[in-house]
Amino acid sequence: MPAKSRPQLRSVDSPNDELDEAKRLELYRLQVEIRDCEQRAYELFLQNLVKGTSHLSLGQEAVAAGFAGAMEKGDLSFCTYRGHAHTLARGVPMEKVLGELMQRDNGLMRGKGGSMHLTSSDHGVMGSYAIIGAHLPIACGAAWRAQYKGQKDVSVCFFGDGTTNIGAFHEALNFAAVWKLPVVFVCENNLYMEYTPISSVTAVEHPAADRAAAYGLERIVIDGNDADAVFRAARAAFARARAGQGPSLIECMTYRHSGHSRADPAKYRPPGELEEWLKRDPIKIYRKRLAEFGIDEAQIAQIEQESKRKVDAATEACKAAPPVSEDLLTTDVYADGGWAWRN
Amino acid sequence: MAELTYRDAVARGIAQEMERDPDVVFLGEDVAAAGGVFKATVGLLEKFGPKRVRDTPISEQAILGAAMGAAMTGLKPIAEIMFSDFLAVCFDYIANEFPKSRYMSNGQLKCPLVVRTGNGAGSRFGAQHSQSVENWAMMIPGLKVVAPSTPSDVIGLMAAAVRDPDPVIFFEHKSLYATKGEVPDGEIVDTLGTAKIVRPGKDATVLALALMVPRALAAAEVLAAEHGIDVEVIDVRSLVPLDTQTILGSVGRTGHMFTVEENPRLCGWGAEIASIVADEAFYDLDGPVVRITTPHIPLPAADNLEDLALPTAPRIVEKIRRSLNA
Repeated sequence: MPAKSRPQLRSVDSPNDELDEAKRLELYRLQVEIRDCEQRAYELFLQNLVKGTSHLSLGQEAVAAGFAGAMEKGDLSFCTYRGHAHTLARGVPMEKVLGELMQRDNGLMRGKGGSMHLTSSDHGVMGSYAIIGAHLPIACGAAWRAQYKGQKDVSVCFFGDGTTNIGAFHEALNFAAVWKLPVVFVCENNLYMEYTPISSVTAVEHPAADRAAAYGLERIVIDGNDADAVFRAARAAFARARAGQGPSLIECMTYRHSGHSRADPAKYRPPGELEEWLKRDPIKIYRKRLAEFGIDEAQIAQIEQESKRKVDAATEACKAAPPVSEDLLTTDVYADGGWAWRN
Repeated sequence: MAELTYRDAVARGIAQEMERDPDVVFLGEDVAAAGGVFKATVGLLEKFGPKRVRDTPISEQAILGAAMGAAMTGLKPIAEIMFSDFLAVCFDYIANEFPKSRYMSNGQLKCPLVVRTGNGAGSRFGAQHSQSVENWAMMIPGLKVVAPSTPSDVIGLMAAAVRDPDPVIFFEHKSLYATKGEVPDGEIVDTLGTAKIVRPGKDATVLALALMVPRALAAAEVLAAEHGIDVEVIDVRSLVPLDTQTILGSVGRTGHMFTVEENPRLCGWGAEIASIVADEAFYDLDGPVVRITTPHIPLPAADNLEDLALPTAPRIVEKIRRSLNA
């Protein structure tokens, strides 16, 4: 692993007493379900059943689980094209996600968006955005509405390390800070912008956190493979936001076990790097911790079995689902439900 | 009924909607304390306060992104992009975000917002502060696009745009800000997607938009007085939705169609209308459809060159007269 990318962590694998057993089990369940569902998406891709593209978060599950675990109902998630994990973490059923990836009629948006645009407003997932950086200002706007109406929800915006080098990142950070908006920006630093190491194209070591000072924000780097650390950082940032103390920017150090997108074999990684990170697999870490806290092995195994069962059931449902209805081609271009641009 | 400038009509139109609906908010660069660089939003900060009328940094992406996030969660934002040329620095929102979120989400997301922007030439500002870019917006499915030419239409179409559930790009013409027009008292609410016959005539149909409307009207007077040609002038007003029925009806009566467009020639709004007329009214035509446009060039700063570039009343007269062999 290049020296530059070695995370400097605020807390490393430290058991803590702030989370009760139910929360710990929830965080574990979320991570396992995300892992299983994404593994299945990859298998279905290899079988040519997932069409188009897909961007997996294998290895990054702790970020999604930790934040979602700390969010209240009504809080809003804004995701990127690597958004399956965050969508699942908010409780969107696997069948809906896999159905969208497989472009079936049972998909979350019935095949009209695809893998990169998962949206479930009922679950607070206000879209997955495939133009890098676009959703940071959008999350600011949602937070502005909360501030304007005196509502207490927080807008949480997830993005990758590559996003920190695009203009919209900087515009949004400044805007959120000046307007003191209840928004939390979450950078998942998985060391690669796509195929290129982020360290080789960025002037500072920590692409998000080292920019925080420019916007009067605290420099926060956390272990993104430790769901408890993520949960605690999220909870603190949400409390600040709800108290009217403005935005936070949190850089989560993590690692993508798979390539950038569907068939990328990630050959650009130096030898040994993946193996090093696999030792710090967030799910392995968390499983061990549950055991240390005296949680019964049977309970842990049950979560794992239940997750497998859910993925299998979702897969079967999607395979049986019909293709997308052709009636949808021209629906919902405009608010009247149609596409008419002339009389 | 009172006489009002186009500039003051902008502020009145926004105020009318802000008074009606507390969810209407307004943001942009220099729009609040300074009242706008074109002084089109003077008095709004004083009237509605800093919570609803907000100055932003020079961050066009943040302005449009914030407007979208607010719109999708329950506000009705009006966002100003000072010069329409600057839409190019935040075009992702115009092209990829506003118009596609509803479709991609299968109807889950909404985007009821208005982007107002100063469009068009006449101020000798050169190629990056003078363009007519309404055709940039017209080509994107999911947007609505309007460009009023009179103070009364500014108010009425602003109300329609704010009340519309879809994203509307609202092109104000910089060279019309100082013009005056009669405006009825009380609330004015117009309808998107409606063209207006502003001068009836029997010999030819002339379509125009924004600053080109008064020029087409001036040309019509000369054509009538000096050449005995009686043209019907239609203010297109709304590019999307497009009022093709009014246009096709007029062409059916006159048998001739001219467009007067400030946008550069290629893919200007008139090209699409010419195509529609060719498809659907070919046998009504007694001669070729003629587009009178700015040439396909960047706009120069020098006053004499800029004047040469834009369609003028004499150029419109000449083109129509020659085409009709009068």
